[in-house]
Amino acid sequence: MIEFLQMDGYARYVWPSYAITLVIVALNIVWARRTLTRARDEARRRLSTSGERP
Amino acid sequence: MTWTWLHKLGSPPRAYALAARLTPWFAWPAALLIIAGLYGGLVLAPADYQQRDAFRIIYVHAPSAWMSLMIYTTMAVSAAIGLIWRIKVSHAVAASCAPIGASFAIAALVTGSLWGRPMWGTYWEWDPRLTSELILLFLYLGYMGLRSAMDDITRADRASAVLAIVGIVNVPIIHYSVQWWNSLHQAATVMKIAKPEMPPAMLIPLLLMLLGFTLLFFALLLVRLRGEILQRERSAGWIREAVLS
Repeated sequence: MIEFLQMDGYARYVWPSYAITLVIVALNIVWARRTLTRARDEARRRLSTSGERP
Repeated sequence: MTWTWLHKLGSPPRAYALAARLTPWFAWPAALLIIAGLYGGLVLAPADYQQRDAFRIIYVHAPSAWMSLMIYTTMAVSAAIGLIWRIKVSHAVAASCAPIGASFAIAALVTGSLWGRPMWGTYWEWDPRLTSELILLFLYLGYMGLRSAMDDITRADRASAVLAIVGIVNVPIIHYSVQWWNSLHQAATVMKIAKPEMPPAMLIPLLLMLLGFTLLFFALLLVRLRGEILQRERSAGWIREAVLS
């Protein structure tokens, strides 16, 4: 296990690479969902203030 | 006429509904492929005889770089379709691509830098491949900046589409930079016509990662596209049904 984590001495290059990529993947998921949720909330708000369908 | 499918897809309510239905079909396979690829790349693949364990960076670097190019191409093509046939959904697709592509261009640059340090002895070099990839990031940022600077969405669509289309010239430059110029960057291993120069234990995890990232992009794009369509179709009647259900 320790040997695996050490990556033959390249741990300080290999692990940050994986970490950064996975953080970017995670952020993309969060950002995409937030874009949709915000647009949906805004549409709901608009509909509730404008009353009935024009 | 065979083009009717394009017009059907170009209808915002249809595109919105289809995007919602398709998202899980991309997201779940993407998650499984990426997990399998990570396991294969970090655990199952043998160390490289020259680069030893440092070569494992390829499993995150190559998919990120692939994403940055594939997403730019998708963005430019859909911007062109939007411009030529005046399809609003197509512009919405292009606008949704940009932030995803930009983030993966950053991932490609950072992981490449972390790979370059032990292999070339430097984090950064003004090398053709590295420089052209950096320009790609600037194109994404320029595209996003241009869009956000314009209040009128139709004008923003057109102006940014022209930028995206002109910028596509950079994509083959990045891809062939390692052949056209003397580059520090290693030549293509997988993305070429001849047989890939990698044993299956190394190659398969890489292919899983490439496919997994590609499917992830489509899942992200579909979610963003729905948000983008909702913002554009402010007064459309179908929105009530879409957001209140």
